[in-house]
Amino acid sequence: MKKGIYLLLLLSISVHFLANAQDNAGLTLPNGFKANLFAENIGSARHIAISKNGVVFAKLNRADKQGRTIIRLADENKDGVSDKITGWANYGGTGIYLSGNALYASSNEAIFKYQLDASDEVVNPLSPITVVTGLINRRQHESKSITFDKANNIYVNIGAYSNACQDKDRTPGAQGMMPCPILDSAGGIWKFDASKENQTYGDGKRYATGLRNVVGLDWNPQANKLYVAQHGRDQLNTFFPSLYTDAQNAELPAETFYEINEGDNAGWPYVYYDNFQHKKIVSPEYGGDGKKEGASDIKNPAVAFPAHMAPMGVLFYTGNQFPEKYKNGAFITFHGSWNRAPLPQEGFFVAFVPFKNGKATGDWEIFANGFAGTMDGTKITSTRNAKARPCGLAQGPDGSIYVSDDTKGSIFKISYQK
Amino acid sequence: MGNRKIRYFIFGAVVMFLFNSIKTQAQNLENGKKIYETRCLVCHQADGGGVPNMNAPLDGSTNVVSSDIGRLVKIIKNGFNERVELDGLYYSNSMTPNPDFTPAQISDVLSFIRTSWSNKASKVTIAQVQVALKGNQKTKTK
Ligand code: HEC
Repeated sequence: MKKGIYLLLLLSISVHFLANAQDNAGLTLPNGFKANLFAENIGSARHIAISKNGVVFAKLNRADKQGRTIIRLADENKDGVSDKITGWANYGGTGIYLSGNALYASSNEAIFKYQLDASDEVVNPLSPITVVTGLINRRQHESKSITFDKANNIYVNIGAYSNACQDKDRTPGAQGMMPCPILDSAGGIWKFDASKENQTYGDGKRYATGLRNVVGLDWNPQANKLYVAQHGRDQLNTFFPSLYTDAQNAELPAETFYEINEGDNAGWPYVYYDNFQHKKIVSPEYGGDGKKEGASDIKNPAVAFPAHMAPMGVLFYTGNQFPEKYKNGAFITFHGSWNRAPLPQEGFFVAFVPFKNGKATGDWEIFANGFAGTMDGTKITSTRNAKARPCGLAQGPDGSIYVSDDTKGSIFKISYQK
Repeated sequence: MGNRKIRYFIFGAVVMFLFNSIKTQAQNLENGKKIYETRCLVCHQADGGGVPNMNAPLDGSTNVVSSDIGRLVKIIKNGFNERVELDGLYYSNSMTPNPDFTPAQISDVLSFIRTSWSNKASKVTIAQVQVALKGNQKTKTK
């Protein structure tokens, strides 16, 4: 009898371990890939950056219980799970980027620079250098995401504090302002010199405009160009029920991924991209009817994704661990939607966009799914029920990729084994 | 005899009154649900849960079930983007105003959100909404 109980216990323990090893932290991945939780419950982890030694830095949107907003996670025993977690800073934000031994982090108004020593410990946690300051933060679309080119220039998103530049934001019947005054200081990407201090609008330049809100952006090293992923506008149906049904709003407009050259205009707020007609369509606030086409000089997306899924992080993969197909392609994290309601929410996943010779091939596929935690296929009807929402994305020194979640603060490590 | 007739009449009137008030109460919540689905659900979601960091939850919100009806009426009518702390958290989106709502519609939708999901507060009467709207006019013209 006793023996039987022990046996049962042993059996259930081994089943438990087996299940854990095979469950890939709850994710569904292509063949040969595996995932594990590198960290859990670290707080609202937005973007992440990884050093040459494999130390992960995560930027929190809000201070954790110890009042910290930059978290340093080291895996000292090299078992794939962080075992030494420290942190500093007291400002919420999204952006974080490592360039040599300098760590850049952004609040919702400014960009700061920290020095790291040879073991990736921060030298000046309390006295960072202010690189950029005074950027507009009116809460809506406040994330100041950052990336760098190869010449030490910073590209920062300044999101538009509006849905569609109506004279009264998100108000039925309110007209679109012409020209949209927000575009002078927001709704685009600004470029700054990372070696200078205390810069603000006058010291940088507007590199691209007509981008409502970009959270995910990265430098494509092969094309030597900036790539950005835009969050398309919301609520076509609530404001224009005679032009758009609930079902149409759930699928319009596309979330768009652009290759950016200096001076490009992606068209917000005047147009949006319709991925069924494959056209830039005039916004209803600017006299559109769902069919009228916008100006032809507006940038076309390199890739269009389904509506409202909210792209959060972009990573051009340069590692050698993943199969050849992934080399120089782009991974994009999607936060998952809310504005598809009353239809079920979608898009709590990481997508992959194949590239050839620095150009997107136009296709995309789901790479990692299951973050919302409904493995049985049930749909998320309310966004808060998603267990994890993919946000930050970075590549480790061994070629694994890491995905952060900003609901509770998991960091997933995804690797490939031949 | 006449006395008895009067008694029957009063009894009937009371029954009718009770029946009607139950019916209007049910209608009240039924209308509130319809308004919620067409005008609020997109942001506050089917379960009143809101969207983390973006749209405040109504389910479990201490303000939604509080006795400060005036504040709720103004939020529905004027919209809301004060970025104040709500139960310890902040929300980044702007709430759409509903200037076209009648006092009855405001009472319907507030009654619905105050009694739905885990919320168990009192309903809101049209009279309460009217009082709050008078205050709203004053603060608006100031
Ligand atoms: C465009 C999205 C949107 C729509 C549509 C919307 N709301 Fe809101 N609502 C918000 C946001 C965002 C907040 C929080 C604003 C802030 O913190 O400044 C909010 C706050 C509230 C609050 C205050 C909650 C608290 O804890 O104090 C109430 C009550 C409310 N909404 C009810 C409604 C009702 C009822 C409707 C429909 C008639 C509605 N909302 C429609 C976005 C929306």
